[in-house]
Amino acid sequence: MGRYGFSHLGINPGGAMDRYAAQAANLLVGNETPGAALEMHFPAAQILFEQNALISVTGADFCPMLNDEQIPRWHPVVVRKNTVLHFPKLQWGARCYLAVHGGFCVPPWLNSYSTNLKAGAGGFKGRKLEKGDELPFGENHMYISGLLKEGKDYEVLRWQVATGAMYEHPNEIYIIKGQEWDQLAPQSQLDILENNFIIHPFSDRMGYQLKGIPLQRMQRNELLSSGVSFGTIQLLPSGQMIVLMADHQTTGGYPRLAHVISAHLPRLAQLRPSDCIQFKITDIATAEKMMMAQQQELNILRRACYERLNQVVC
Amino acid sequence: MRAPFHIFPLGDAAATIELGQQIDEQLNHRVLAMQQWLQNHPFEGLLDSVTGYSSLTVYYDTFIIHKNYAPRGTVFNWVAAQLQQAYTQAQPSAVENNNIIRIPVCYEAPFSPDLASLAQHARLSTAEVVNIHTNTIYNVYMIGFLPGFSYMGQVNPQIAVPRKPVPEPVAAGSVGIAGAQTGIYPLNSPGGWQIIGRTPLKIFDPGSEVPVCLQAGNQVQFYPITVKEFGEWQSQSSNPAY
Repeated sequence: MGRYGFSHLGINPGGAMDRYAAQAANLLVGNETPGAALEMHFPAAQILFEQNALISVTGADFCPMLNDEQIPRWHPVVVRKNTVLHFPKLQWGARCYLAVHGGFCVPPWLNSYSTNLKAGAGGFKGRKLEKGDELPFGENHMYISGLLKEGKDYEVLRWQVATGAMYEHPNEIYIIKGQEWDQLAPQSQLDILENNFIIHPFSDRMGYQLKGIPLQRMQRNELLSSGVSFGTIQLLPSGQMIVLMADHQTTGGYPRLAHVISAHLPRLAQLRPSDCIQFKITDIATAEKMMMAQQQELNILRRACYERLNQVVC
Repeated sequence: MRAPFHIFPLGDAAATIELGQQIDEQLNHRVLAMQQWLQNHPFEGLLDSVTGYSSLTVYYDTFIIHKNYAPRGTVFNWVAAQLQQAYTQAQPSAVENNNIIRIPVCYEAPFSPDLASLAQHARLSTAEVVNIHTNTIYNVYMIGFLPGFSYMGQVNPQIAVPRKPVPEPVAAGSVGIAGAQTGIYPLNSPGGWQIIGRTPLKIFDPGSEVPVCLQAGNQVQFYPITVKEFGEWQSQSSNPAY
């Protein structure tokens, strides 16, 4: 879920773009502590399992298939060795997550398995995975092979995560006013809430560049650099906005117009270039309640997954 | 009357206390002292913190704070109270550090692509620019933008030339000037600062136990080395003596 404690050295936390999906993936496979999960964009990898594995695929829908059969997302799935997982089609969303029971074995860097591409460290050799890479995963602590039926390459376990309202109304993003919101011209404040903003093609894990009606700030002074956050919306000199995402730099000096609420970061992470966003203002109390409800849901999910897994596995 | 500080949320999982919008060593020591106070008196759910020139931002887990401290109002208000406490309790003298870190820099070609134009802009010789740059003891105000990228100040006004309007590729180790700020690029990166030299030191080393060898609050002085010495330094690849 990112690397915390080193931001003061300029080492940004990083971590999954859609933390809800990444956490759910790990919980579905019964990983005790948040283990490393694989985040994939489309076109995604083709993965050959060299051992039996308990996996889950969550997040975006890239039509995951095991050999030539489609498997459902948000379920735990037992996979037989020598089976290929692949993703032939982009159906919805931007990032999908693969977790495996036992976790991917990458050496931790500064207490985290997250990849920091800028630093070239962490994760798998500090870089994106490439063809031919071998990614070891941990020992099965459970006897899952007994769940495979003869002649079948995989077995879908029957329970799933109900994502509920998480990705409904995917374009509606709640924000909290930022420190420089009041420096916006009143018309610009209205413009942000009454217009759509399109995600520009040059958007990535560092930030989503938005294209829309140009905004005006009433003051001209430059701000000193200070801390920013995943979800901070900055006003660029061009009058356009940028939303900082998971790989944002630790500090920034552009005006902080608003911040996307934590509970809506997962749905924001699943938007793609040329998708549009409608911003809606909310207050801190509401934002906190929504985030805590989401965390509570994950805690319940954790318990439910353990119970179910313990029931089916010796 | 101007408030001594502002505390505001950065969304629902972070908050900032800002002491002003000036580059001022006293304000800077104050925020560093506050950060240190919080590190010595952490609260459950405090994940990370970042200091700017005159601000401190804390990142926190809302759920954990709610679970442990059950604040009556918002978690943000509770965190704001902690930041206020850090403000009143912090001891700036505790972070003052008179140790000067000396950093070798080669100001000769090919490591100083913008030195000539900067000198021309400042109506000085390149030797005079180097002399002025190395004669100041700089305060590291903050680290940001990249792992280990240090914002140091204040540059002598005679050579405080503004940054370039369009960023260009910059090599790791490059020493630059942007107005009153000077600093070192720890990685290859696009950059807008005026590049006047390069250090053979590895400012950011992911393999090292302490991955970044500079921190906010350090005092730094540059000294010139020759191209030959630069080559010798590189083959040794050691970290600076503190």
